[in-house]
Amino acid sequence: MIRTFRIFRFDPEKDQEPSYREYQVECPKGSTVLDALNEIKWRQDGTLSYRRSCRHGICGSCAMTINGKNNLACESQVETLKGVIWVEPLRSFPIIKDLIVDMEPFYERLKAVKPYFIAGTPPTDKERLQSPEQRKLLDGSYECILCGCCTSSCPSYWADKDFLGPAALLKAYRFVFDSRDEGTQERLVILDNKHGLWRCHTIFNCAEACPKGLNPTWAIGKLKQKVIREKF
Amino acid sequence: MEFHRHDVVIVGAGLAGLFAGLYTSREFDTAVVSKVYPIRSHSGAAQGGCAASLGNMMEDRWEWHMYDTVRGSDYLGDQDAQEIVCREAPLVIYECEHLGVPFSRTPEGKISQRPFGGHFSDFGKGPQKRACHAADRTGHVQLHTLYETCVKQDVRFYSEFFTLQLIFAENGACRGIVAWDLRRGGMHVFHAKAVLLATGGYARAWKVTSNSHANTGDGLSLVLRSGLPLEDMEFVQFHPTGLYPSGILVTEGARGEGGYLLNDKAERFMERYAPQKMELAPRDVVSRSIQTEIDEGRGIGGKNFVHLDVRHLGEAKIMEALPQIHELALKFTGVDCLKEPIPILPTAHYSMGGIPTNTQTQVLKNSAGDIVEGLFAAGECACVSTHGANRLGTNSTLECCVFGRRAGISMLKYLREDPCLPDLPQDAADQSIERVEGLLESKGSESAAQIREILQSTMTEKMGIFRREETMKECLAKIKELQERYKKIGLQDRGRVFNTELMEAIELGSMLDFVEPIVVGAIARKESRGAHFRKDYPKRDDQNWLKHTLAWKEGDSIRLDFKPVVITRFQPEERKY
Repeated sequence: MIRTFRIFRFDPEKDQEPSYREYQVECPKGSTVLDALNEIKWRQDGTLSYRRSCRHGICGSCAMTINGKNNLACESQVETLKGVIWVEPLRSFPIIKDLIVDMEPFYERLKAVKPYFIAGTPPTDKERLQSPEQRKLLDGSYECILCGCCTSSCPSYWADKDFLGPAALLKAYRFVFDSRDEGTQERLVILDNKHGLWRCHTIFNCAEACPKGLNPTWAIGKLKQKVIREKF
Repeated sequence: MEFHRHDVVIVGAGLAGLFAGLYTSREFDTAVVSKVYPIRSHSGAAQGGCAASLGNMMEDRWEWHMYDTVRGSDYLGDQDAQEIVCREAPLVIYECEHLGVPFSRTPEGKISQRPFGGHFSDFGKGPQKRACHAADRTGHVQLHTLYETCVKQDVRFYSEFFTLQLIFAENGACRGIVAWDLRRGGMHVFHAKAVLLATGGYARAWKVTSNSHANTGDGLSLVLRSGLPLEDMEFVQFHPTGLYPSGILVTEGARGEGGYLLNDKAERFMERYAPQKMELAPRDVVSRSIQTEIDEGRGIGGKNFVHLDVRHLGEAKIMEALPQIHELALKFTGVDCLKEPIPILPTAHYSMGGIPTNTQTQVLKNSAGDIVEGLFAAGECACVSTHGANRLGTNSTLECCVFGRRAGISMLKYLREDPCLPDLPQDAADQSIERVEGLLESKGSESAAQIREILQSTMTEKMGIFRREETMKECLAKIKELQERYKKIGLQDRGRVFNTELMEAIELGSMLDFVEPIVVGAIARKESRGAHFRKDYPKRDDQNWLKHTLAWKEGDSIRLDFKPVVITRFQPEERKY
């Protein structure tokens, strides 16, 4: 079936303003938006630029805005999309070229929450013990692939570029609720401010956008509870 | 042109590269140069597990693991390297845990382990639970944890930089790399005391593959173009269960947990090929069995796929142990594996061959074992050789951890001994500049995308699971033709900022380089061993072929040499499963 794609185009070396260009693409059953982009790049227009790598939803490279929703192009079945298919870069990220955005600000926010395991207690020569129940607390956070869909869809982030954003906060949750981690106190200082946890207004856009079905809003709620319990 | 100076430059940011960076950054200024963002590396796609004889679920010993690895490798693996991998496996798994990897747990709180193909207890007897895992997202958790720890240790990342060339001093020592900044455009010279190649796998040369688009073997091409050899390139593993038709991976864990393989007549056909081990026989055996069913017309509806059925495991088990498989099957084939069997076919997956190294990860320049000073390699791009002719499931992430770590230690030792940094040659980057400018200005009429497509189809058709002299020669002729056509390609995008068309053209150049030694090595090797199966020579021939292949690119042809296999504990015997 031939489908129409209307794709956001911007080449910083040539264009003053972005524009949209239309492409007609033959999309056999089972085609994803990434397949269609490849078809365009490889057969119609070699200048079209986008990131892609694993093509099965684990690397997070091809996050973009498809028919107004943030998603991974490789996981978006063309069949499920109605009408002309609009393909645009992630929102609120600086645009480098076409569908490629600057991920640096996103990574800077991630780095701010100390996104690594902190434990002063020296380990033994075997594994630390962690019960299946303790381990279960990490489900729904450790699976994050850092694609940026959640942060891009977050109205609080649109309004406040200093907001840590859902991805960084979900990563903070992943460590704060790890029974082995000892960095909670240093992390809570970073999280407990107006550009941190409290900027989240529980809008749930992030949960809707997450291609892995995770729920950062819920995790942020748990972190808020944790901060309040620690304080009072 | 910009210049950078670091003690260590690591090319590639997957498990091997990051493990090495973790070690070197404790004492030395370490840079990681990667053409993708580090957490986009394909290690993150590894699903099922990472082998180690922890014995958390049942008794296990590293000697049993080694026996399985040696036998799995069809006796082509070097047993000194295999011993290291199996002995150090528990150590690196505990180290991963100490770094924070969220492994699945046993009721006692230990790291959970599950069975996998080719892993047995007591020298090949019963099934063994040896694969440490985090549900079916093991590579993902290991990759993210290592990246996080590197961030903690201030490793300097140059993300989205494409490495084009190795720089050598007059005495032949490697002293850096030249890379193209994809994002901003422009050439960068990285001057370093030690360089590690950890550029990963290269099965993108095939059409049906489990590999990411980025897996184009650029590191192998760097080595070949530097006049250095590649080892055992003819051994390419086809994973038995790729999703039909794309080849996206369905973990062996699915069979480890008890999944069945069924043909069009709903027979568990593995009974015919490996009656003892059934679906848990090693990958080469299962892949050949599936391909035989398809070739003999017993694919589903006569098509080129069979079924992987996990329904009998029940919803609770599937959602706990194989959640990603459920998601992948649903999203990419529309199959709900709770209710229907998954369509699968063998997919080009892992490459046993690569850049020859010793067990210290130093790159070798000949069959005598002479090393290239300052140059190291680890992970899938390297051939040490842990996997010989066939790799066991879960030994890949393990190899990356063990030899990535050893690369780090090896470079630490090298840097402590020789801390001086000689001058770079003046013309260090000339060759790379010429190459990129040539591509950007080329007015040629050939399309890189079209050449790549023909290459991939040719490799899938003629260099697949079953090989024959005649078809392999056709394959070689086609490669030669494509190499010529490649000289005449032209790009539509002539810009410098994030020119992904340029990137794909350079990647195609890498692929056209390393596929040649694969085919030439395979034509030369007149036997069947592990993943290299020839219909015209169906038997293993230890008398003539118990040896590694080394391949150099010399002018327009490939020169071969051979070196003996290191055998220490286990003498070759026939493989029966």
